[in-house]
Amino acid sequence: MGYLFSHPEEVLTLLLQHLRMTGITLVVAIAVAVPISILVTRIRWLSIPIMGTLGILYTIPSLALIIFLVPFFGLNATSVIVAMVLYTQVILVRNLTVGLDGINPAVLEAARGMGMSVWQRWWRVQVPLVLPVFIAGVRIAAVVSIAIATIGAKFNAGGLGKLLFDGIQTNRYDKIVAGSIAVAILAFAVNALLLWLEKRSNPARRLEKQAA
Amino acid sequence: MSAIQFEEVSLKFVGMSRPAVNRVTCQVNSGEIVVILGPSGCGKTTLLKMVNRLYEPTVGNIFLDGSNISKLKATKLRQQIGYVIQQSGLFPHMTVADNIAVVPKLLNWPNPQIQSRIDELLALVKLPPEEFRHRYPAQLSGGQQQRVGIARALAGNPQIMLMDEPFGAIDAITRTALQDEILRLQQQLKKTILFVSHDVEEALRLADRILVMDRGEVVQFDTPFNLLTQPANNFVYDLLGANDMVRQLGLLRVSSAMTDFPPSYSNGHNPTLSQNDSLRDALSLILRTGAPTLTVMEEDTPVGLLTLDHIRACAVLGEEVT
Repeated sequence: MGYLFSHPEEVLTLLLQHLRMTGITLVVAIAVAVPISILVTRIRWLSIPIMGTLGILYTIPSLALIIFLVPFFGLNATSVIVAMVLYTQVILVRNLTVGLDGINPAVLEAARGMGMSVWQRWWRVQVPLVLPVFIAGVRIAAVVSIAIATIGAKFNAGGLGKLLFDGIQTNRYDKIVAGSIAVAILAFAVNALLLWLEKRSNPARRLEKQAA
Repeated sequence: MSAIQFEEVSLKFVGMSRPAVNRVTCQVNSGEIVVILGPSGCGKTTLLKMVNRLYEPTVGNIFLDGSNISKLKATKLRQQIGYVIQQSGLFPHMTVADNIAVVPKLLNWPNPQIQSRIDELLALVKLPPEEFRHRYPAQLSGGQQQRVGIARALAGNPQIMLMDEPFGAIDAITRTALQDEILRLQQQLKKTILFVSHDVEEALRLADRILVMDRGEVVQFDTPFNLLTQPANNFVYDLLGANDMVRQLGLLRVSSAMTDFPPSYSNGHNPTLSQNDSLRDALSLILRTGAPTLTVMEEDTPVGLLTLDHIRACAVLGEEVT
């Protein structure tokens, strides 16, 4: 713990690297997951091969997957980010498809029957209704990414994992503890932030507030 | 002004052996309530959904006021047609006010006009605006949700309303209240209403004319009275339960069965009833009082006589056709 306070600049740099990796991962992962999810909800039979493939990817150990990606993307953060994007797909796609399927068909039919265009239905009806479930997926994906990004230090990507691995190599327990605590705090903080967003985006939540 | 015309309309879904709707030709007049009645799978909902182009006919044309709807942009067409469905389909993430505002917003109405329209419609469907405006659908009962559904469908001031079994999932008492509401609204608003139902009582209560469908085809399209007294075939006869004499009598006016009041007749102490009462009322009066003859009144003047034989003569009109 003391290490965190005695080396604030080093820790801050590593934290920002960690956040950057996680942030880029989430943005890219969402950008990939949304079209895949829409495709799966439109073309039913695609669900089994796509969810199957994403599920299998998730079972590959992260270290092995990153090593496999190094020849393609180099020994840097890109390999780590690509691996994290692949891992989070199964979480994001599953949550999005479940959320989209969960929308009452009568609501969608009403939207169509009232003369909303495809885009109006998407932005005014589907997005707001799927948002709480989707953010829940993003939250889990974020926590998973923060964990995997720790390994990034082994691949020259920096991040808070550097404290851990340096500590192990040099037998510095204070660094190991500092790294673990920093990663844990980051995961808790991001989780709490997204949990708050998730609750805010839920219409049922708005009901409770009104009743109070 | 807002007539709907079906011209040889058929729709065959891919992979189905027979068409869901087969060669339907008929005309719904402006300002009338037409109930499409038939058993499940008869194609009634399919026919309805072709009017706002949720389905496209395989062959045939549908005209609104003489213009072919396939030539109109689907979203524009739908914005001009009120649409009410069974589970209300209210948007759960929007307040009652926002739900009602959907079509006016699509039509780009200015906001003050939208706001006053919301209040006007909530008052019309008897939900006090100050109390209901800011509620979410989950905070409403089934009947209230359906009232909001009706208000929402009326919001853009459409001349045509499509109602797809709107009261199918609602308890019997609330359903009757909502049916009364439709009749009351219709007296004020004079919309052209196409209403899908599988409930014969509902059809008889609401319809100016009933379109009876079976296996995708129109079996008979006529007034409730004519359907009961002159069913086209046994299907219509059974569907309407035309063998239920009491129901049938409820739809017939006393004036259609009575004989003229004989000038020399001394009124004595016959029970009296109005010529606008139904024959069912007359039967009930005979049973209650035990009097053999009733005197029919118009205002304070006796205009006719009615006996049990007259009532029976009317009932046998609807005897089973062969």
